[in-house]
Amino acid sequence: MKSPPFEYARTASIEEACELLSQHGDAAKVIAGGQSLVPMLAFRLLRPGWLIDINEIAALKFVAFETDTVRMGACTRQCVVARDDALAARVPLLRQALAFVGHTQTRNRGTVGGSLAHADPSAELPLVAQILEARLVLRTKSAKRTLPAAEFFAGPMMTNLQPDECLEEIHWPVWREQKTGSAFTEISRRHGDFAMVAATAQIAVDDDGQCTRVTFGVGGAAPVPLAFPALAQNLVGRRLDKAKARAVAQEAAAALEPDTDTHASAAYRRHLAGVLVSRVLLEAYDTARSAP
Amino acid sequence: MSEVLYSIAVEVNGTKRVGQVSARTSLVDWLREHLNLTGTHIGCEHGICGACSVMLDGEPVRSCLMYAVQADGHSITTVEGLARPDGQLSILQDSFCEAHGLQCGYCTPGMLIAAQALLDANPRPTEEQIRDAIGGNLCRCTGYQQIVDAIALAAERMAGGAA
Repeated sequence: MKSPPFEYARTASIEEACELLSQHGDAAKVIAGGQSLVPMLAFRLLRPGWLIDINEIAALKFVAFETDTVRMGACTRQCVVARDDALAARVPLLRQALAFVGHTQTRNRGTVGGSLAHADPSAELPLVAQILEARLVLRTKSAKRTLPAAEFFAGPMMTNLQPDECLEEIHWPVWREQKTGSAFTEISRRHGDFAMVAATAQIAVDDDGQCTRVTFGVGGAAPVPLAFPALAQNLVGRRLDKAKARAVAQEAAAALEPDTDTHASAAYRRHLAGVLVSRVLLEAYDTARSAP
Repeated sequence: MSEVLYSIAVEVNGTKRVGQVSARTSLVDWLREHLNLTGTHIGCEHGICGACSVMLDGEPVRSCLMYAVQADGHSITTVEGLARPDGQLSILQDSFCEAHGLQCGYCTPGMLIAAQALLDANPRPTEEQIRDAIGGNLCRCTGYQQIVDAIALAAERMAGGAA
């Protein structure tokens, strides 16, 4: 279907976008790449009075490297992130996850901030943000605040962004450990679809192969992407093998309460979570161990 | 109720085109209904099928997921822009004919845009890269094999400098 009528404002700066958001509040939606928002309008799931377009704001499109962080403008396109070798060396999970996100045509337009703000519980980038504990800079006309990913995601397609707030930057933590490995995988009906279940892990090891830092998580099996910090912490100081990975994955899967829908039953999703977590833990661990 | 109209100026296939559009007019509707460039097809109208693919500033995007007003100041290449200036088929288009890379033709404009974008960036793609490049384009006739063959043939012909 066609989108319902709305009024449109192309903004040239984040200040201008925030000013319009403060004027129109709930009646306005920010449009970034539009790869999820436009279909929602076409399905008439949303009827915003205004679309505030941030696509032409150059200041929202950048990738900046700092010692322990990569700062990224919210309107940075997914294709730009996927192509960036220097970024892949620092936050490899972004490229690994983007390999599962949509297709060339949607990644050319889709943005990182848009995917996070849309907050589909099956989406790949929110899961990466969750396990890496990314920090999101939110801006209003008069204030700025930073939320950790865990406090940003509030439910399926829901975030703690206020109606007058615009996502401005994402700060991705960089792991400085030399021997770090990461992995991302998912099962979906067709490649590029949203995941039935996605799993991802990042692990750092010492020279003896003992884990020094572990994080992992699951998407598509709960209202928000989930990380498992307590289970991950249990692996620190230990070597990982198949049996241990499987045991941790089973514990994580047992803690999930996934939904049944037309794509997969709850039982199947839980099963997938166990299998996929085990896989990413081992892959991340092996990559970390074989790092120079 | 009258909708607000926005003035736009877009370079389409190398020519500056201007128009007045409502905010909700999708880029593909503007191309087809206002500019009569009906080569770009509308399939699903919600970003799944890829039939409406066009190039925006040289990169393929779905024109059903953009509003025409957002294209203001940008350049668009549609399937009409792929042919040679004299109207003859491009090497890629001719390769689709040669390899029977189409049956009903509905997906063809999107396939051509996706394939051309691939060949622009990577003149010697592997089969896997070809399949990945058209991964966002649905075809219900061919089973894809002949489309993959057509793109591979086009790459071969371009490398050989053949017409």
